[in-house]
Amino acid sequence: MLQFILKRLGLALLVAFTVSFISFSLLFLSGDPAAALAGETASGEDIEALRRLYGFDRPMLVQYGEWLFSALQGDFGESYYFRLPVASLIADRLSVTMTLGVCGIIFALLTAVPLGVIAAIRPNSIIDRVALFISVAGQAMPSFWFGLILIVVFAIQLGWLPPSGTETWRHFILPTIVLGYYAMPAIMRLTRAGMLDVLNSDYIRTARAKGANETRVLFRHALRNAIIPVVSLAAVQMGFMLGGSIVVESIFALHGAGYLAWESIARNDLPTVQALILIFSMFYIVFTFLADVLNAWLDPRMRSS
Amino acid sequence: MTEPLLSVRNLRLDIPTGSGTLHAVRGIDFDLNRGETLCIVGESGSGKSLTSLALMGLLGKSIKRNADRMTFDGTELTTASQGQMRKLRGARMAMIFQEPMTSLNPAYTIGDQLAEALLLHRKVSRQQARARAIELLEKVGITAAESRLSQYPHQLSGGLRQRVMIAMALMCEPELIIADEPTTALDVTIQAQILRLLHDLGREMNMAVILITHDLGVVARVADKVAVMYAGELVETGPVGDIFGAPSHPYTRGLLRCIPLPGKTDRGAKLGTIPGIVPSLVGEVEGCVFRTRCPYAVAECRGEIPKREDGSHAFRCIFPDGKRHSEKELTV
Repeated sequence: MLQFILKRLGLALLVAFTVSFISFSLLFLSGDPAAALAGETASGEDIEALRRLYGFDRPMLVQYGEWLFSALQGDFGESYYFRLPVASLIADRLSVTMTLGVCGIIFALLTAVPLGVIAAIRPNSIIDRVALFISVAGQAMPSFWFGLILIVVFAIQLGWLPPSGTETWRHFILPTIVLGYYAMPAIMRLTRAGMLDVLNSDYIRTARAKGANETRVLFRHALRNAIIPVVSLAAVQMGFMLGGSIVVESIFALHGAGYLAWESIARNDLPTVQALILIFSMFYIVFTFLADVLNAWLDPRMRSS
Repeated sequence: MTEPLLSVRNLRLDIPTGSGTLHAVRGIDFDLNRGETLCIVGESGSGKSLTSLALMGLLGKSIKRNADRMTFDGTELTTASQGQMRKLRGARMAMIFQEPMTSLNPAYTIGDQLAEALLLHRKVSRQQARARAIELLEKVGITAAESRLSQYPHQLSGGLRQRVMIAMALMCEPELIIADEPTTALDVTIQAQILRLLHDLGREMNMAVILITHDLGVVARVADKVAVMYAGELVETGPVGDIFGAPSHPYTRGLLRCIPLPGKTDRGAKLGTIPGIVPSLVGEVEGCVFRTRCPYAVAECRGEIPKREDGSHAFRCIFPDGKRHSEKELTV
């Protein structure tokens, strides 16, 4: 088990390193950063001066090395727009995004897994049809539209919940539902398919032949095996939710990291964008690693391979 | 005469299909006493496995089960509740399946799965269950039993897994053990060992054993009683000596001709075959179900077929001797 974790950890570090290099160089491919900073009316000399000031005239690898070295110490430079350290700027926003992401995935798992299990117990029943309808609707509805509908109904017409902002936990209810509902269909379908498959397997028949009751058969024998692929999927979606909640954050005016990324791209705020891309990728890497470890714990076959 | 442990009368299993009802098992009767071994033989698809699953109450939801009587030590199984069946399953009647490779849960250790069988039915501690698991693993011939407990199914070979399945079935000392082709998936060298083990354990613990197989060589060695099944019916039942000494139903004799006998079958001689295939069982099935493949079939075979009984030996054929005397005597 320890050997497995170390192997995966090494792999994760390697991926993180590669991603950091790509995210750094991608921004150089998007055009001359000095020209973009100086603005449309700047003269050639102004641009040159900026280029020297920010060190863009040095070789790219040197710039990358410097950037990575400070990034590892938590220093992502200064935002061109806010004139503030990028690290503290992101730290402020990240708490909102993380709260939303964690609530979103919990909401998705708490609805999708039970629904998937029930649908698998009675395939083609009314409950199964309803679950299928909910998941198709979730996949088909764009988040911005669903978010607006929720605002209109629950915030404006019924007045139960605030339409925007981040002041109290009540502000997070609607965004959580929108974000969670986006991740729910895939998790539900994978749970249902996994459970259907496992429930037809020989070892479930063995469990019944031993005299185990249905609850024990379902949860101890079946779900334990069916949940393994769901863990991997949920990890990827968690990474996505932390980095990709831009739409939800803008609808509900949650000033989170996703929203910051969108603003910074529009403002050509290079250091902020670089730092955000790196952090979002790190989320993916960390969650994939955690999912691998969790899977190895759940599935003994994975440990030995 | 004492009450048999298991008594089945007129067991019928119907499976609804798109093109009509499939009468998979039609009117099976047999009795089994404690300590006896019954072998059910027959071709694939003859309903042997379904019959055993029906006894355990493990049939799929779509299969309809009917019987005039199906009692286990006085308990009527057809009307037993799910709860009653659960108390019997694993505790008093246990089953060993055909597929040792997939019949163990990949997520739990051998020890957990063995202990579970005991913990579900008896108020014992984990330590006691563990000790019992070690004892049984040793009994089924697994070396280093204690270290196996922490292993997972994927770390064991097929033969070992089937031994684990047998040990698991024995955890609660059941009175009846049903083994559904327990050696089909195993190497030939392991097959004999496993069957011998099952037979010896049955004797030792005074268990009734139902062994489903299509290996007549095995039947000759371990059975007390034999039931020959064809297309959902028991065409012939009886003590092992009668079945091999005086096989009466033409199908039984056909089966026996399919096995080579060392010293009796000439080298290079052609082994017997039964021409034709099993008929479809969808819709009403009338008359003798074997008549489409029977060399003696006559027009009357389409009608009612009498059951001919001589003590505990019984078969169904319109000919009083099943045309046995018109053939060269067959003995094993």
